[in-house]
Amino acid sequence: MIRYFVPLGVFAAIVVLLALSIHQAPRKDLVPSPLIGKPAPSFSLPSLSDPNEKVTSAALRGHWYLLNVWGTWCISCRIESPELLAIAHTGVVPLIGLDWKDSRAEAMAYLHQKGNPYQQIAFDPGGLEAIQWGVYGAPETFVVNPQGIIVYKYIGPITPRAWAHDILPRLPAGQASGS
Amino acid sequence: MIPELGQFALILALLLAALQAVFGIVGPALGRERWTAVVTPAVAGQFVMVATAMGCLIASFVANDFSVAYVAENSNSALPLFYRVAALWGAHSGSLILWIFLLSCWTVAAAFGTARLPRNFAARVLGVLGTISFGFILYTLLTSNPFVRLSPPWADGQGLNPILQDPGLAAHPPVLYTGYVGLAVAYAFAGAALLEGRLDREWARWTRPWATSAWAFLTCGIALGSWWAYYTLGWGGFWFWDPVENASFMPWLMGTALIHSLAVTEKRGLFKSWTLLLAVLGFSLSLVGTFLVRSGVLISVHSFAVSPGRGEFILTFLVIMIGAALALYAWRAPQMQSEAGFELTARESFLLFNNILLVTACGTVFAGEMAPIISNALGLGKLSVGPPYFNPTFLVSMLPLLVLVPMGMHARWKRGGLGGRGRTLLVALGAAALIGCAVAFGVFTGAGILSPVSMTLGVWIIIASLIDPIDRLRRRIAIPRAVLGMTIAHIGLGVFVFSMTAVQAFTAERDVALAIGSSVRDGGYTFRFQGVGPIQGPDYGGSGATMVVTRHGKPVAVMHPAKRDYWVQHIATTHSAITINGGSNILVALGQNLGDGRWSFRLQVRPLVLYIWIGALIMAGGGLLAITDRRYRVADSATKEAAAILAGGDAR
Repeated sequence: MIRYFVPLGVFAAIVVLLALSIHQAPRKDLVPSPLIGKPAPSFSLPSLSDPNEKVTSAALRGHWYLLNVWGTWCISCRIESPELLAIAHTGVVPLIGLDWKDSRAEAMAYLHQKGNPYQQIAFDPGGLEAIQWGVYGAPETFVVNPQGIIVYKYIGPITPRAWAHDILPRLPAGQASGS
Repeated sequence: MIPELGQFALILALLLAALQAVFGIVGPALGRERWTAVVTPAVAGQFVMVATAMGCLIASFVANDFSVAYVAENSNSALPLFYRVAALWGAHSGSLILWIFLLSCWTVAAAFGTARLPRNFAARVLGVLGTISFGFILYTLLTSNPFVRLSPPWADGQGLNPILQDPGLAAHPPVLYTGYVGLAVAYAFAGAALLEGRLDREWARWTRPWATSAWAFLTCGIALGSWWAYYTLGWGGFWFWDPVENASFMPWLMGTALIHSLAVTEKRGLFKSWTLLLAVLGFSLSLVGTFLVRSGVLISVHSFAVSPGRGEFILTFLVIMIGAALALYAWRAPQMQSEAGFELTARESFLLFNNILLVTACGTVFAGEMAPIISNALGLGKLSVGPPYFNPTFLVSMLPLLVLVPMGMHARWKRGGLGGRGRTLLVALGAAALIGCAVAFGVFTGAGILSPVSMTLGVWIIIASLIDPIDRLRRRIAIPRAVLGMTIAHIGLGVFVFSMTAVQAFTAERDVALAIGSSVRDGGYTFRFQGVGPIQGPDYGGSGATMVVTRHGKPVAVMHPAKRDYWVQHIATTHSAITINGGSNILVALGQNLGDGRWSFRLQVRPLVLYIWIGALIMAGGGLLAITDRRYRVADSATKEAAAILAGGDAR
């Protein structure tokens, strides 16, 4: 009776698929955010260093950039800080900071003490912009392409390994280094 | 010392599970009674060891032993005692310990429950449960050991994820796992029948209470999770078709099909191979769900920390457990044909359609769950499947099912026909249509086509369920608990369908910006923003607002939505204020400070939403009542029979 073998056959097919998907896990693009592949939210926020200056998504168009969500209150961001400085030092891609739910004075003091890896920092004290980006907890880092599309989101502090394996491969190094 | 003791106990439990599995399956196969006799003591020993392991982990949490990595990562000295215990299942490794403990409890229950059944059968049931236990304990020890020490120990723990600090969520995993693991017992009964190659109506009678109680726990667990998501996540929805929700929902759909199919197998000796298949698939789906959630193949809001090694282990385990059962099925099922036939309008047909529709619904959910994986595995790019897929496809199979419920309950076995109830049902349908339309168009506004239809169906199910009990009451005939349980569960379904429709169709929702002292109208209520101030909790601070709600000038509630900032993890959570007014639910979530004393709010009025969960609880209650029916008490009937024979009388 062939029909009694149907469940076994279907199951075997499912197992093959699952096995394939585990195998792909290391290089697979997980979907940690529904925003991936979608245009980054357009924003216009005051700059952290100068309230009269604006950091806008429009001005960032045409270049690759990393948007890093951080705050002085965030312990993991402190852990991440040296790696961000190292990334900034390579000059591969500009880092744009989104200072989240923070106070201007504390943030400036923090950057002074730890060093500033960011090319520009948008100031979001109310956290409204972070909601647009679907931020769950700091630090989170978004990789945005010249068309303004979010290509990747990294959750948690960026480690040297995460930079080398997860973020750098997503940046076309030639194009990015020029920007 | 205590964590090491826990780990040692877990290793002993692994060995005992191995004994239980080997002797339980091989003993009966070779007819060695002495081997079979080892099984029950192994079950008892395994239970003691697993309980010890879990006790040790709890002790480490209670004592704030931050030299244990799992404790350090999931607890904190500022955490209240209740959540220090509940933190046990706050992450992957500990929830596995809970899983194993519950499996061990079910196994002990199964050992008692099968004590009066044929010895070989009982041993096989326990043997199959032993293999499951063995797999899970091995998995825990190899990939997710919660007893690993940190060197040096941390000064204080990271704390429990604030989203999990909630009584609803503390209760959700244990109840849900009890359901998942209960399906393992149904699987074990199916496994034992397959190993034996024999299945009769008795088997169905033995299996039914296990399947039904697992189903009832699963129902409660899903309802608790949904209630928790509804009010904690502040998203205001009760079901998101999230991969993890689906992982619990698919076994529920299979379990629902199983308990109905078991009814046919018990009453009429039909659908045998089909029932077996459902019992196997129900548990298989909870394993597949575990795989999907824990392997990181799918990402969802619920995801635990993942690693590929874990995925590979579960997949291997899956292949062994499900593969073996399905292979046995392919071999044995053809011998389990039943010859008896039935009319098209017989209850068997209705239950057959019930099964087809439930399995179809489960299949569509499974397809939606797998689609992103398939598309990814085949290199077709990323794909995300959400409510736009799930809602309509699910409805296509569920609406016909709801139409069948009232008739199926009254259809007679074998010969078919509604046994003179056709007229009553028709009258009930008319009354239901009146009520459904009156509510959809009269009480609420803006009804489409679907909402009056499904409200009518909900009411029809409730009325139809009441026909039989009322009739029996009038004629003073006792109602067996199994029948009463079924009636109650179906009433729960009706309540659920009715309220869910009301919520889906008539929810009023808006986002507003309010200055202190100003007010706004929504869903028939007036909301007045009184003020906002700082709040202070044991491990969080934040802002709390005061909102006065009135209806037609009469006060309804004073609500206090808040935003909390947890210091330890630096996570901000939204605590919406919820108030209940006649089963309707008013929700206010505090948004951002917009400056100048203005804050943003999200306001929602959801009519009858509370009855969604009440309906689910009624369903579960019906199930639990049904299993207390006299005919499932194997021990009782056996003793009575024996007593009757001893007394020289007839057993009847």
